[in-house]
Amino acid sequence: MNSSYLFKNAHVIDPLTKTDEITSVLVENGNIKKIAKKISTEKNTRVIDCNGIILAPGFCDMHTHLREPGYEHKETIETGLTSAANGGFTAVACMPNTNPAVDSAATVEYIKSQARKSVPAVEVFPIAAATKSREGKELSPIAELAEAGAVALSDDGSPVENADLVRRILEYGSMYNLPFIQHCEDKSLAGKGVINEGFISTTLGMSAIPRLAETTMLQRDVQIVEYVKGKYHAAHLSVKESIEIMRQAKKKKLNVSCEVTPHHFSLTDEEVRSFNTNTKMNPPLRTQDDVDELLVGLHDGTIDVIASDHAPHSIDEKDVEYIYAPFGIVGFETTIGLCVTKLIETKTLTWKQLIDKLSVNPRKILSLHEIKIEVGEKANFTLIDAKKEWTVDVQQFKSKSKNSPFDKWKLKGKAMGIYNNGMYIESK
Amino acid sequence: MTETPTPKLHINHLLGMENVSREDITLMLDTGMSFREVLERPIKKVPTLNGKTIVNLFFESSTRTRIAFELAERRLSADVVNFAASGSSVSKGETFKDTVKNIEAMKIDMIVVRHESPGVPLFLTRISDATIINAGDGAHEHPTQALLDMMTLREKFGTLDGLRVGIVGDISHSRVALSNIYGLKTMGAKVSLCGPKTMMPKFIEQLGVEVFHNIDDVIPNVDALNVLRIQRERLHAVLFPSNEEYNKYFGVTKKRLEKARKPITILHPGPINRDVEISADVADSEHSFILHQVLNGVAVRMGILFLLGTKGKAN
Ligand SMILES: [Zn+2]
Repeated sequence: MNSSYLFKNAHVIDPLTKTDEITSVLVENGNIKKIAKKISTEKNTRVIDCNGIILAPGFCDMHTHLREPGYEHKETIETGLTSAANGGFTAVACMPNTNPAVDSAATVEYIKSQARKSVPAVEVFPIAAATKSREGKELSPIAELAEAGAVALSDDGSPVENADLVRRILEYGSMYNLPFIQHCEDKSLAGKGVINEGFISTTLGMSAIPRLAETTMLQRDVQIVEYVKGKYHAAHLSVKESIEIMRQAKKKKLNVSCEVTPHHFSLTDEEVRSFNTNTKMNPPLRTQDDVDELLVGLHDGTIDVIASDHAPHSIDEKDVEYIYAPFGIVGFETTIGLCVTKLIETKTLTWKQLIDKLSVNPRKILSLHEIKIEVGEKANFTLIDAKKEWTVDVQQFKSKSKNSPFDKWKLKGKAMGIYNNGMYIESK
Repeated sequence: MTETPTPKLHINHLLGMENVSREDITLMLDTGMSFREVLERPIKKVPTLNGKTIVNLFFESSTRTRIAFELAERRLSADVVNFAASGSSVSKGETFKDTVKNIEAMKIDMIVVRHESPGVPLFLTRISDATIINAGDGAHEHPTQALLDMMTLREKFGTLDGLRVGIVGDISHSRVALSNIYGLKTMGAKVSLCGPKTMMPKFIEQLGVEVFHNIDDVIPNVDALNVLRIQRERLHAVLFPSNEEYNKYFGVTKKRLEKARKPITILHPGPINRDVEISADVADSEHSFILHQVLNGVAVRMGILFLLGTKGKAN
């Protein structure tokens, strides 16, 4: 294995050190040895030509489902991390809706050790269940989970509905600096809904999820945060009113943050007319009005993070009647392409802003160590070919599952590779 | 019917009434009418679909629709296979796709499908080579019901153009309502909907219909009322407080109908809940076309089966 790499003539963008220049980065034994326009190399240095390539602090996807333990037919930690690496991520946080749920130190340890064994270039940060077995009834052993290395608390896949429990999770979790990540969905309003309530659901006769299901819970949670403090992060927001709620909460300086997914800012419920079950996700695809406001929220900084909500399901599970199909799509390998195509090319975000949302902010929210592209620091990079035009082919995905509505889409921008923990992995 | 070349439909499957042209609807209604004559013969059978195999694939029970289809199929001399499965196919371990693939391996020509999930008929066109007829997909569409309703109205009024039709009841959970709205609008009718707000899809007005929440506002302004069945057993108790209250405020009663300037034609997809959505005297009155609808239901389905079944392989 090569122990030194030269990333030659890369466009280095690092929001933390305020770097934005074409330069070369020499890495030795996993650490940054030198940054300069011209670096002479020794014979055994692997030179990676980064002409036209953006070199950014390693991307961190803070909302993913690796499915192991329990659902290895959808994804394993190994296939998930291989997919993450291929998509340009050097770190992922994984949600606890596994079987068993991540509500014990043993399961946290299991995930961490599987990750180290399989794809050591990608770091895994388990998110623990906020309540025992994600049942929304009793607090999970939060102190024990924090000690084992959990970085946040969430019952994602389901909301924590009980308001008193939300309060207690925020209170208890704050002693260990663990944010509570809420899947905002009032189940009584969502009912048996499978798509957004709107004109499309009306014409399709489909049971629908009103926007209220998201906003009423978010609004309530923000009030709880205001009362008890604690660190709160709203997962995968999808409707425009939610962005306004977050805007107001941030004006009050509450410790709140939020994320959106590439599919929610790229697609609308018009897609459901095809009855393609890869358009079925939770929260559901909304309307163009919502997409427009998500873009505003991304631009003005109300939305802190872009996360894929990578949610693999096997073909057998998705190739069924719409109402029986599971919610969710895979996301690692299309995230960068959708971000570049929908956000950079449209000038909605600058590269610095995008890197903030894909690398800096998720790490800040999860209290992970900062990544700086500076001499003496550990090397942890994502390389992006921003000009590359490519066609999504789900069969080429490294993920075990292929459930993506973006198959055959033409995108601009693709991960070229990652470097982390002394390893370089080139994207396919 | 065999002397002149038969006009052909532009559609290869009957998945719904949305986007079906006026021309196609007219052809289906005309063909249905010509089969009515067959039904009135002493020997009610023609050899039109001799040698064709049709599967009635019913994942949701519906005695009426299934029998109407089966009668229509047999009177056209098709070979008929009935496949009934209650509830979700997934719960039995075999996927819907497997079921269809198995049935298709038996070399079939057409599938008539009823399923609780919207979109299943379209899904079928992707996994099967057979011609697909939607016999109801969830609360999405029920095109043959709309066609038989339109056939009945056209027979009574001569034309659908400018006809004022009211649809009363649980619009949210009705496949009949959506198909009727699409079809009637295409044919030039004016459609008004009436029902409690809890049973009215929030965005339905965008389909170009008027919405009312008081039955007495609708009655003076329509030529016909299509009264939908209230299925209290299937609904959450939150949609309306009781059958009694529904009947009191939305029930179609003789007393209410007397307020109209001229008699209103009454349709109902059946089976009726007497004295819930409709009073017994209205259901049995001379202006009720409910039994007529049943006869037209067989005739119009014969027409559709004939038009799609003799069209040649769908592409
Ligand atoms: Zn979620």
